[in-house]
Amino acid sequence: MDSNSDCKGLRVAITGGTSGLGLALVRRLAAAGARVAFVARSGPSVERTAHETGAYGIVGDVGHKGDIYAIALQITGNLGGLDVLINNASSLGPTPLALLADTQCEDLEEALAVNVLGVFRLTKALFGALAASARNEGAALVINISSDAAVNAYPGWGAYGASKSALRHLTAIWAEEAKAASVFFLSIDPGDMDTPLHALAVPDAHPSTLKRPEHSAAEIVEAMRVALLNRGTSCQAARP
Amino acid sequence: MIAAERAHREAAKLLIMDAQGHLRDVPRSRLARLFNPGDLVVANDAATLPASLSGTHLASGEPVEIRLVGWGSVGDPTRFVALAFGAGDHRTRTEDRVAPPSLSAGDRFSLGPLVATIERLLGHPRLVALNFLGKRETVLGGIARHGRPIQYAHVAEPLFLWDVWTRIAANPIAFEPPSAGFALDWHTLGAWRRRGIGFATLTHAVGISSTGDPVLDLQLPFDEPYRIPDATAAAINQAKSDGGRIIAVGTTVVRALVSAEGADGTVRAGEGIAIGRIGRQTRLRVVDAILTGVHQAGESHFELLRAFAEDAALSEISALAVMGGYRTHEFGDSMLIEYQGGAPLAGDHQDRSG
Repeated sequence: MDSNSDCKGLRVAITGGTSGLGLALVRRLAAAGARVAFVARSGPSVERTAHETGAYGIVGDVGHKGDIYAIALQITGNLGGLDVLINNASSLGPTPLALLADTQCEDLEEALAVNVLGVFRLTKALFGALAASARNEGAALVINISSDAAVNAYPGWGAYGASKSALRHLTAIWAEEAKAASVFFLSIDPGDMDTPLHALAVPDAHPSTLKRPEHSAAEIVEAMRVALLNRGTSCQAARP
Repeated sequence: MIAAERAHREAAKLLIMDAQGHLRDVPRSRLARLFNPGDLVVANDAATLPASLSGTHLASGEPVEIRLVGWGSVGDPTRFVALAFGAGDHRTRTEDRVAPPSLSAGDRFSLGPLVATIERLLGHPRLVALNFLGKRETVLGGIARHGRPIQYAHVAEPLFLWDVWTRIAANPIAFEPPSAGFALDWHTLGAWRRRGIGFATLTHAVGISSTGDPVLDLQLPFDEPYRIPDATAAAINQAKSDGGRIIAVGTTVVRALVSAEGADGTVRAGEGIAIGRIGRQTRLRVVDAILTGVHQAGESHFELLRAFAEDAALSEISALAVMGGYRTHEFGDSMLIEYQGGAPLAGDHQDRSG
């Protein structure tokens, strides 16, 4: 894969950056020379990932309205703007997974608060910065992490699936509305990965049947590179 | 949006004075249909810091409100010029605020999760150079969580960042909102794009509008840094050379563009410090019109408008704004003033599309 890809100077923010796919993206993008800020809820985990990767760590909860602007301010303040936003943080809803008729309303609310409202709020707060990047450099990008549960009706995945389905449609509409301003939106389904979130959902899945999050992160960085081909600063293709 | 304004945003009004001095009163939503293909709208995309920090002056134990009002070094969240007030908050008129305790170099403030120290006094008992202790990102995080937007007594309810960031807000370097930009939304920008009207931005670190002290107020606006991107300078120079007009959204855009003007009348990209005072003597070579809030005679913002129009015309527009019940504060209504003596600018496509 493109382990040598070069994203020098690209300003990227990633939510849910201390575990699973988010952590793999922070590591990969920081190693590729991007300027990275990431968000997560736990102070010690944020500290650890920031120390390991050199990325800016921001403590906050995208499911909490009161945190959104403090997060947005720290992203743009630390990076001096924003070129790519990756909304990766997700809530499963009830764990263990539950049939909808057994799902507490609060668990559905939590999934919607993080996976739909949180993405909407943070993207809206950062839209001015993304649009400025697009005006000055040619393109900016929002990647919303999706799931096959957004499309397929898996029993037990009601809260998560409904929220990811709403996110997928939100992304599709925003893509239509913002493309004239060269702010592009992508929904990416990274596949079933060996991550803490997946372990919560399917505790008995064997890791060998699951995708490595590093593999999905590489695919996402490649999608980013392609989406930003018309930009001044972007990621360069892998060296053979 | 703050509750009181939510209902008004749709109903906001726009008072237009065209190049011949004719006045028109239209809904602000009409902005989407104004201007002509080839014209370029230039706005300030600065986001606003939560620049009011409450805390304690440690030497005296007295409560203080610290307002960050200028950068020590642009974008460095550990060094600021700051204004100190004593006990109380924005609900007391700034002019009536209690003075801070006596301040000296070396004094410390405890401000929520942050500690700041006075580097030196800046020639006035409440104006100081302030340094925050700690790493940049830790300090920025502390300001983000503990700070509140600077606000004044005319809006009693507490403001949040979502109230003071315009729709185009990008980098957080302003101390108060570039409020003319509240008139813009993505619907309007899309309509302009479809009609061939350009849109570009610069970033200007808007300073504060009032210190509460008449002597200090005379120094306003403080030096305000700005940055003009290459793409914006190129768009302005291209529009001018093609005969398009430049519409500045807000006084900060006018100040930055006048400051960045070269001897040949073109605009230079890059960073600079905006010229403070613009007035009747200022020759506008780049900007053809200004979209701004409703200002009254005597304000520094109003003084800037004298570069666009004769006093008699400005008196007329002020009188009409008062009669029409135009709201003057930063969340209020808007005026569009074309440089008097230029050619007509405001093509209004109301009838064709309506």
